[in-house]
Amino acid sequence: MNTPLLETRGLCRNFGALAAARHIDFRLEAGARHALIGPNGAGKTTFVNLLTGVIPPTSGEVRLKGRDITGVVQAERVKLGIARTFQINRLFRRLSVLDNVAIAVAERVGAAPSMFRPAGRRRDVVEESMHLLETLKLTNDAGHRIAELPYGRQRLVELAIALGLKPEVLLLDEPAAGVPSAESHIILDAIEGLPRHIGVLIIDHDMDLVFRFAQQITVMVNGAVFASGSPREIGANPDVRAVYLGGGPRTGPPHPPDVRRVPAEP
Amino acid sequence: MTAPSPGRAAHPAALALARRHRLRAWEPIPWVLAVAFYFAFPRHLGFGTELLITVLFAISLDLILGYAGIVTLGHAAFFGAGAYTVGMLAKHGIWTEPITGLILAALIAAAVGLGSGLVLLRTRGLTLLMLTLCTMALLEEAANLGHAYTGGFDGLDSLPIAPLFGVFDFNPLYPRTQYLYVLAALFLCFAFVRTLVYSPFGQSLTGIRENMLRMHAVGAPVRTRLVVCYTISAAIAGVAGGIWAQANAYVNLGTLGLDRAATVLIILVLGGHGRLYGAFIGAVAYMVLSHFLSKIYPTAWQLGLGLLLVVIALFARNGILGIGEAASRVLGRR
Repeated sequence: MNTPLLETRGLCRNFGALAAARHIDFRLEAGARHALIGPNGAGKTTFVNLLTGVIPPTSGEVRLKGRDITGVVQAERVKLGIARTFQINRLFRRLSVLDNVAIAVAERVGAAPSMFRPAGRRRDVVEESMHLLETLKLTNDAGHRIAELPYGRQRLVELAIALGLKPEVLLLDEPAAGVPSAESHIILDAIEGLPRHIGVLIIDHDMDLVFRFAQQITVMVNGAVFASGSPREIGANPDVRAVYLGGGPRTGPPHPPDVRRVPAEP
Repeated sequence: MTAPSPGRAAHPAALALARRHRLRAWEPIPWVLAVAFYFAFPRHLGFGTELLITVLFAISLDLILGYAGIVTLGHAAFFGAGAYTVGMLAKHGIWTEPITGLILAALIAAAVGLGSGLVLLRTRGLTLLMLTLCTMALLEEAANLGHAYTGGFDGLDSLPIAPLFGVFDFNPLYPRTQYLYVLAALFLCFAFVRTLVYSPFGQSLTGIRENMLRMHAVGAPVRTRLVVCYTISAAIAGVAGGIWAQANAYVNLGTLGLDRAATVLIILVLGGHGRLYGAFIGAVAYMVLSHFLSKIYPTAWQLGLGLLLVVIALFARNGILGIGEAASRVLGRR
């Protein structure tokens, strides 16, 4: 079997008595469009935090292209090509949209440690940042401060920052949450327009988005992988429907199920 | 990847970023005033020297507080490290040449900044605030106890400072040399800090101030950046302290005290932090205010200063410069 782009083996994380991640074996292939779904509190964001190195695992390992990166700190993992967006916007609120993206681009191209050359003279950084904003239809907001933008537009800046890091693995934590439906197509278009070789893992509750986007779906419940398969398999899986999909694959998750009644392992 | 369109760099936001570091028309004003002061008030150059040293010290604080968002109550640790470096070297007859003395002061202060920064900057918020205070208190007590070297509580006075370039004497009574010397040092340090804050490094410091978690997530080595910035700031504060010792020909525990650390913080908040020129405005405002308030009400003049600070903290978070900026925005809209 070929080496997956990103892989976890027996990944566990406990917060005190709570097992937020239980023996997760997960593979993200190069070029994959993979979705991670599960009820609230299933441990999806914890999993992303483990993949990006925000928190260390209690046990188990994370591998990128076969290399063990379990002990590699967050900033180094970004340099290795793992980027993410946050479920709740984490932006430089008092800076302009362009500044937000330019800071990320400057880090990626290695301009950021430079002390004696004005930032504005790095035309490569400015040009690339403006290009990204164009891709996400943010050009008209380039000079606005984040705090002045509606939430949906801020989500696009989150995505622009992640794309500015030119990742090989892109983890999108509810990219469309809070985005008005009139604008969510911009996000979907941007995701679909990503270079094919990038492995994308998307976490979302929006089943339309998940089923439109994903070739592979993993369902998490109670910190463990509950089921995994193609959208058709997942949509037809009676256990998944019972715990999560609420009867039909395309109706969205109207009622977060009571996870306590769900067995940890199928 | 599409070819970059020619219009992209011409977007107003891109132009604003490309031109942000350019010198603005009003920026020479403080320097012209400082030079004019030399000719206009030859009898007040002692006051002027003290003012310029305070500005330099406040600029070093602005770099870490205003740009990198490091909250500190112990910045006088570096001022004192610089002052004691100059004082001890001169008093014990080891080194009296002023310019190289300042470089030594900067190096020692930078070493203190690097050492303490590596430990302190693992923490944030209140913990950081208390630890900076503790570091300064430890240094102060060390200076107090090391009587044989530091003069203890009395400090070191009548420091023999060699003439500048072997020609210009440091005369405490007629501090003409000191004034121009401090002005030159301030100009050089300011030019350096100004370059720094508009560089990509400075942008990344602003990013750390605005959202540290995000900076981790874009791959920035956050702690390294903070320690580097803290060390540079310490070196500049050390220069300020070193000049203070040279200009006054003495050094005492006050250079390491909470009083000095708190005053420079007040000055920066008063003038407006994260704005470079807030240090100038704040230092002038503070000195002028304390001068007049102490005349009007000698026994409790600090009350007036305290009330002003409360007003600033409640209604004008960005200090006097912030008020000016808001006013110019309002006028600009009309």
